[in-house]
Amino acid sequence: MSTQTGHIDAAGKKMGMWFFLFTEILFFGGMFLLYSIFRYKYAQDFHNAAAEENIVLGTVNTAILLTSSLCIALSISAIRRGERFFSSWLQLVTIVMGVAFLVIKYFEWMAKIDIGIYPDSPVLLKMGGGQTLFFGLYYVMTGLHGLHVLVGCVVIAFMMHFTMKQTINRGNVARLENTGLYWHFVDIVWIYLYPLFYLIT
Amino acid sequence: MVQMSESPGEASFYARTGRYRWAIAEWMMSTDHKRIGVMYLGAILSFFSVGVVLGFLIRLSLLDPGWLMGAQTYNEFFTVHGVIQIFLFIIPGIPVAFGNIFLPILIGAQDVAFPRINRLSWWLYVTGALIVLLSLFIKGSPPDTGWTFYAPYSIRTPANISTAVLGVFVLGFSSILTGLNFVTTIHRMRAPGMRWFRMPAFPWTLYATGWVQMLATPVLAITLLFIVLGRFFGVGFFDPSKGGDPILYEHLFWMYSHPAVYIMVLPAMGIISEIVPVFSRRALFGYVAVCMSALGIAIVGYAVWGHHMFTSGMSDTARVIFSFITFLVAVPSGVKIFNWVATLYKGSISLDAPLLFACSFIFTFSIGGLTGLIIGSLAPNLHLHGTYFIVGHFHYVMFGGAGISILAGLHYWFPKITGRMYSERYARIGWLNFFVGFHILYFSMFVLGFQGMPRRYFDYPPQYHTGHAVSTMGSWFLALGLVIIFGNLLYGIFRGQRAPANPWGGKTLEWTIPSPPPPENFREIPVITRGAYHYEDEEVREAP
Repeated sequence: MSTQTGHIDAAGKKMGMWFFLFTEILFFGGMFLLYSIFRYKYAQDFHNAAAEENIVLGTVNTAILLTSSLCIALSISAIRRGERFFSSWLQLVTIVMGVAFLVIKYFEWMAKIDIGIYPDSPVLLKMGGGQTLFFGLYYVMTGLHGLHVLVGCVVIAFMMHFTMKQTINRGNVARLENTGLYWHFVDIVWIYLYPLFYLIT
Repeated sequence: MVQMSESPGEASFYARTGRYRWAIAEWMMSTDHKRIGVMYLGAILSFFSVGVVLGFLIRLSLLDPGWLMGAQTYNEFFTVHGVIQIFLFIIPGIPVAFGNIFLPILIGAQDVAFPRINRLSWWLYVTGALIVLLSLFIKGSPPDTGWTFYAPYSIRTPANISTAVLGVFVLGFSSILTGLNFVTTIHRMRAPGMRWFRMPAFPWTLYATGWVQMLATPVLAITLLFIVLGRFFGVGFFDPSKGGDPILYEHLFWMYSHPAVYIMVLPAMGIISEIVPVFSRRALFGYVAVCMSALGIAIVGYAVWGHHMFTSGMSDTARVIFSFITFLVAVPSGVKIFNWVATLYKGSISLDAPLLFACSFIFTFSIGGLTGLIIGSLAPNLHLHGTYFIVGHFHYVMFGGAGISILAGLHYWFPKITGRMYSERYARIGWLNFFVGFHILYFSMFVLGFQGMPRRYFDYPPQYHTGHAVSTMGSWFLALGLVIIFGNLLYGIFRGQRAPANPWGGKTLEWTIPSPPPPENFREIPVITRGAYHYEDEEVREAP
């Protein structure tokens, strides 16, 4: 049960990662709390505002992120079987999908900013409280989620490096597993964001 | 357990490792939990001193409003006083300093579970502290919102709120990582035979604290982020003119900040639970109850944040429920108080400085806790909420609770940390000044509050002058006491006698290793065969 320095405590590392994810849940929890309160207060405004969202791009992004989650899970299975190259190739695919997600997100944001919808914009302020809050939440929540995707991509890039250097190997997958946990978390947050912003019309 | 005697000449964790050219780099890059803890201790005590000076000046100004500072300066002073004492001193406080130094030793480990994350959280603390301090010196005025950063004023004031809030955000990260590290450490790093219910009480409270740090701090982080986003991008979640709701800020803020009260007080209770058995030569009475009540406080503490907002606008149902749950917190707190007193009962008490401070903790914290029940009930709260009664209660709990226990812990563990002794005589003189000054200073606030003196005000009508004058005089005694206490400790560091490995006859693991400890703590990982407070065999041996 007890362990000391000298050998790697994989279970301890994983435990630490789960704790970290708890804190992440609380972090996003604050935002979901705001969302639920404001939506309760301005149900009709939220309904109208969500019509502005591009449901096609949102759906494509959902598919991309889910597939990338599959890839990172497969890369962990691959390294467990000792397939180093296949594993790092899968990690590369994950990164590419993460970046694709961000690029699509960028075009979505830009399209909105072009028609004058961004926090504190004159167009938005004219729309009234509920819609202002909806788009405020939209930018903040997808923005912070995007930041997490970006961080995830960087971390996975490091993992690729470690996999190629073989410091991540069949006997020592804790870091890659933790990265996978993080990526799944990012994925799960999106699974909630998607209906809350795109499917409530 | 065999008592190892100190072998002179053995390298302590202070000794240079020679890995870096400069000592400062060696310390900043160190992953040794003891070094990180000592650096934290130095940092929090420095910030504490700054905060005390600010508080002292606030009191001085209240003697005759306007003679020392103007109204705006006054607002900035009490804000910065609060921000420093809360976010830089007392919230990180005990876990980062004493927790870092002693948690691994107390559970028989060589370090925390994630030494490098521990170092990262120290770096984050330094960064956050620097950013907070930056807000005082960059262009524009220092923060003037009060330490709570209430919206919408915090979104509109021209003062440097963004910088201060960003600093607190970074400090929050540091706190989260420390909590995460400690909880994992306690789960994974206990020595062989160190079962959960053989752990000393201090690790137990750190465990409860760690969970609160992990599960409450992120809420503060996101709330503060909303303030920054509101100021930079005009996102108006708390701005009524944009559909937002300022009360929501208060809810989110206190959802963190009430549990944060327990981040400050739980480990303080842990220190007291360590000191009382040692100086009364008895096992901690109701050990299991004391440990479980720490978890109880942590859990119930999540559900009481609304009692900060009884006058802010909430439904009656919500207020009654929050008030009721607030009363529930008194139960586990009472369990602890009664168990400490029961430990002292029929003990062989030696009233040394650590126990003096520990007993003052029990006394002041009881007053703080009981006045908490007065303002936790709805009717008195409506009368007292905006008054000095709250200021008095707050300082009794924070300073009289967490603050005094830091002083107690400092004296208790001073020989172990520094390898030297302090002068017992001056410690007592310092304590007396401090204790008397403390009660004059803060008890007057209860009286002032009852008379209706509003808090945060720069000026007051003449009928409150006596109360304020008495309170200010108390602050002089308190400050004198602190000067003596810290002067004595500083003198002890440089000139004190060499400390033996176990000056107090303690039974917990830190007293089995040399003072100061060697870098790896234990040459051999100890095997634990019984509970932490086995004074009973001592009693048998000494019986006639």
